[in-house]
Amino acid sequence: MSKVSEILNSMEYGPAPETSQPAIDWINEHHGKFGVFLGGSWHSTETFYTSYCPANGNALAQIAQCGSKEVDAAVSSARSAQKDWLALGGEGRSRFLYAIARQIQKHSRLFAVLETLDNGKPIRETRDIDIPLVARHFYYHAGWARLMDSEFPNYESVGVCGQIIPWNFPLLMLCWKIAPALAMGNTVILKPAEFTSLTALLFAEICEQIGLPKGVVNIVTGDGETGKLIVNNPGIDKIAFTGSTDVGRILRKATAGTPKKLSLELGGKSPFVIFEDADLDSAVEGLVDAIWFNQGQVCCAGSRLLVQEGVAEQVYKKIRQRMDKLRVGDPLDKAVDIGAIVDKVQLDRIDELVKQGVAEGAEIDQPTCNFPAGGWYYPPTLLTGVEPASTVAQIEIFGPVLVAMTFRTPAEAVALANNTVYGLASSVWTQNLDIAHDIAAQIKAGTVWVNCSNQFDASVGFGGYRESGYGREGGREGLFEYLQWKTPTTSAKKPPEIKPTKSESNDLDRTHKMFIGGKQARPDGAYSISLNLTPGGVAEVSQGNRKDIRNAVEAADNAALGWANTASFTRAQILYYFAENLEAASTQLKNALTQRGHSEKQAQEELEQAVERVLHYAAWADKYEGTVHQVPMRGLVYTRNEPLGPVGVIAPSDSPLLGFLSSTLPLIAMGNTVVVVPSEHNPLPAVELYRVIEASDFPTGVWNIVTGFQAELEKTIAEHDGLQGVWHFGTAEGGSLTQAASIGNLKQTWCQLGKTIDWTTTPDQEWLRRATQVKNVWVPYGA
Amino acid sequence: MASTETRAHPHTRNPGIPLDLDAVESITVNRSATERRAATLPGRRTVKKDWQAAWLLRAIQCIDLTTLSGDDTPGNVHRLCAKARNPVNTEILAKLGVDPITVGAVCVYHQYVEDCVRNLEGSGIPVAAVSTGFPAGLSPFRERIHEIKASVAAGASEIDIVITRAHVLKGDWQALYGEMQQFREACGEAHVKAILATGELGTLTNVARASVVCMQAGADFIKTSTGKEPVNATIPVGLVMTRMIRNYQQQTGWKVGFKPAGGIRTAKQSLDFLIMMKEELGDAWLSPSLFRLGASTLLSDIERQLEHFITGRYSAYNRHAMG
Repeated sequence: MSKVSEILNSMEYGPAPETSQPAIDWINEHHGKFGVFLGGSWHSTETFYTSYCPANGNALAQIAQCGSKEVDAAVSSARSAQKDWLALGGEGRSRFLYAIARQIQKHSRLFAVLETLDNGKPIRETRDIDIPLVARHFYYHAGWARLMDSEFPNYESVGVCGQIIPWNFPLLMLCWKIAPALAMGNTVILKPAEFTSLTALLFAEICEQIGLPKGVVNIVTGDGETGKLIVNNPGIDKIAFTGSTDVGRILRKATAGTPKKLSLELGGKSPFVIFEDADLDSAVEGLVDAIWFNQGQVCCAGSRLLVQEGVAEQVYKKIRQRMDKLRVGDPLDKAVDIGAIVDKVQLDRIDELVKQGVAEGAEIDQPTCNFPAGGWYYPPTLLTGVEPASTVAQIEIFGPVLVAMTFRTPAEAVALANNTVYGLASSVWTQNLDIAHDIAAQIKAGTVWVNCSNQFDASVGFGGYRESGYGREGGREGLFEYLQWKTPTTSAKKPPEIKPTKSESNDLDRTHKMFIGGKQARPDGAYSISLNLTPGGVAEVSQGNRKDIRNAVEAADNAALGWANTASFTRAQILYYFAENLEAASTQLKNALTQRGHSEKQAQEELEQAVERVLHYAAWADKYEGTVHQVPMRGLVYTRNEPLGPVGVIAPSDSPLLGFLSSTLPLIAMGNTVVVVPSEHNPLPAVELYRVIEASDFPTGVWNIVTGFQAELEKTIAEHDGLQGVWHFGTAEGGSLTQAASIGNLKQTWCQLGKTIDWTTTPDQEWLRRATQVKNVWVPYGA
Repeated sequence: MASTETRAHPHTRNPGIPLDLDAVESITVNRSATERRAATLPGRRTVKKDWQAAWLLRAIQCIDLTTLSGDDTPGNVHRLCAKARNPVNTEILAKLGVDPITVGAVCVYHQYVEDCVRNLEGSGIPVAAVSTGFPAGLSPFRERIHEIKASVAAGASEIDIVITRAHVLKGDWQALYGEMQQFREACGEAHVKAILATGELGTLTNVARASVVCMQAGADFIKTSTGKEPVNATIPVGLVMTRMIRNYQQQTGWKVGFKPAGGIRTAKQSLDFLIMMKEELGDAWLSPSLFRLGASTLLSDIERQLEHFITGRYSAYNRHAMG
């Protein structure tokens, strides 16, 4: 029987190999050995390591292991290039970004094949998804380069950026980092992941070809040690990192107290929620895109299936059938769905976690697969009978492994979806508009895909909530990571001394408690701080301790959801009313200011400005709106500017009334609840606010004010896992400590590190941006 | 008569089930997600070289070679029958090392059924008749039933009926079910293909629901289009219909066939549909018993591709016999 006859009987798919020859030729042109690209030219290093092809385990190339010499050289060339790069102007930078985009398109297949060789992901994905997205990203940011000056007048370039990217989307992560950085006038030192450096090196050649000014892009290869050198290099102004949450914590700690900006895009355990009214066949196909895309080695993989109980068995059956159709094998085969796992280390980890899941009682489904010899492969896997308490339901597996659980009601779906330390992405499947938008609003994640999964576009910011990191990549929202806010600073006024003098006042003794959960509360420790007063005499304020902070955070947490869901118009009205009451309390407030050194005139001015500030945020409360992104898709991608949740504030010591309110109100206006520690140097105006707050209809727990020594309380605040953010306007040491101590739950920190803000300046939108986090909701539609 | 012959493409017929309205009305199809799957499907699978040649031969075996024009005459219908018997140049087949093959069926108006049956005698190729007031399906109901019976009497072993689109657009599933049941009954031993005219149903959800109702009423095949609607066989529509076939099989155990028709002109399109069948339904649906491609000019393009496979040179239409 002829071969064609045989196939006509079997109707099998045959091999459909994409040739790797052009990529191999390119590697051979370099004699299989790559130096480091810095200052616009190639340099050799002392040591090299081998990069392997995951599909067959063969050595691909020798990659330079960069040390401090190379990193220092890269930083200094990036530094010297930055000024001219910025001076080139938006139009000039735009032309270079455009040229990069064009070059990537012109050499798209070489990039795709090289990426597949190096990473092990199927050629379909590199060819149809990764590389087109890369080109789109550069085009999109070529546009932003031109618009920087007009659109971001209150911001400037950051300077030199150190960027560390993972191995799962080597070139895509490179462009997410480099495109916005270059557009906004920065220069970069980028370190690709040690497993996957090749496309970054090909990219460097493109930078050479188009004549990108020397030193604007530096590609420094190496392992974690090289990364460390970048992170700790004092010549770098910003660190951008995509990778694991554990490394994210290390970076936060390492950069604490330095002027380095930091953005982190970390791990996830993203929920994939199927409601009973969903198009189940399409939902199952969505799962293929969610968890069997890139072998499941995707930070935003929909790895946690939550399915409504009534349709669970039906869905599981469909998933099993679909898994049987998945083709695992040589990633260079055009008809392969699942390629190779990037490295044996990862393969072992996946295997170990799945075994643990089974040992903990999960039922496992895996289709029979014939893997090519030599490579690192893992079959698509479904684990059912998994409980939220199971290890596999909590830990990011980073492999083609789906864990499944059921829910009964929309509320339970949300509760399960949010029962995680992560918050990167989520997917919601329903044909019901009401359910879709309601659930999208409630899931704590930076991205919600309604009836789709793993959709990306340059115009849409991507990034996490909670321990999935902070900062966004893509869209207007992503540009701020590569812009430095022009902080309106002023020289610090020396706060008044605390030393008590003997009381000579005949006034009735006053008890200044704290304000927690809508009530005036005595301090847990039963100590007071004595403050000497200008006309003479002493005021005593409560000295809060860590238990008071605990109570305050609990109150703030209890109030968070309600306040976030309070209509912004209502929040505005409450703030207007607060302004009214503030003015009515002017005598006490002015008194509180003059008692600690303000002149009558200064007190009057500060009070007037304070009232104005409240009105300012009352005005903004219902106007800081989301946008609709223009993605190349029939549908909407809308942004929700959501509050962070409960936030700690270490208030400034200057302008004790205006500073206190200015550092707190943007949070409250945007729907956050706060735990504020006023400066111990003059907490009296804050203390006087209790009654004003009480009179102004704020729900219980929106404001929590704990007086005491900031240096004692800021650590408890920074470490508290119930807080989603900290704004720190205290001392430089305190700010540094706060950043380092924030790593427990990776809360967002905004620390001035001793900079004193000019509180008399009318605040711009940076304050609102800092008080919110962007959630992007993708809603494709079609009748 | 069909009943006395061994069928060319035997398969156990779907007897239908009582109308299950809950099953019908609970179906919703998400258009964007369906289109996304449809768009990526051809990028996820491909067949090359010998595999492509074999798959193209299979596509030919599944073709319902069709002429449905107002200007059909015995002359061009005879030509079509000749092509149906020998769809591929014997020299090409010999080089491929494949025994002679035929198309799946010939599909004509009632007027030419007898002619075709005579012409195709001994070939084993069934004759399919479009029926029931094709393409609009709006002639008096009794005449539609009569038309089916007349075609069966004339020797048609497959009847391609058109449904009343109004029943779908009004959500009158009972009426659609009743109509389909009576059409099937009128077909007797002849197999019935239900043409949904998907281009006129407005939504993919309607396509899905109409598919299910027709299967419940006993359709042997569900078919996308008459070829006369503005939009005919598309992959998204095919995806919805094949998924409904899969669900119906899982629910009842009966296998129903699928026939995309209209607008399928290239070899690549025919491979896309075959890949979709393999992916969504499985290998059982890669045979003319459960899969047909309604087409007229498709065959010429496939022949050109086969010749290219053998010679390595790109071929031209004039090198292959007209159908």
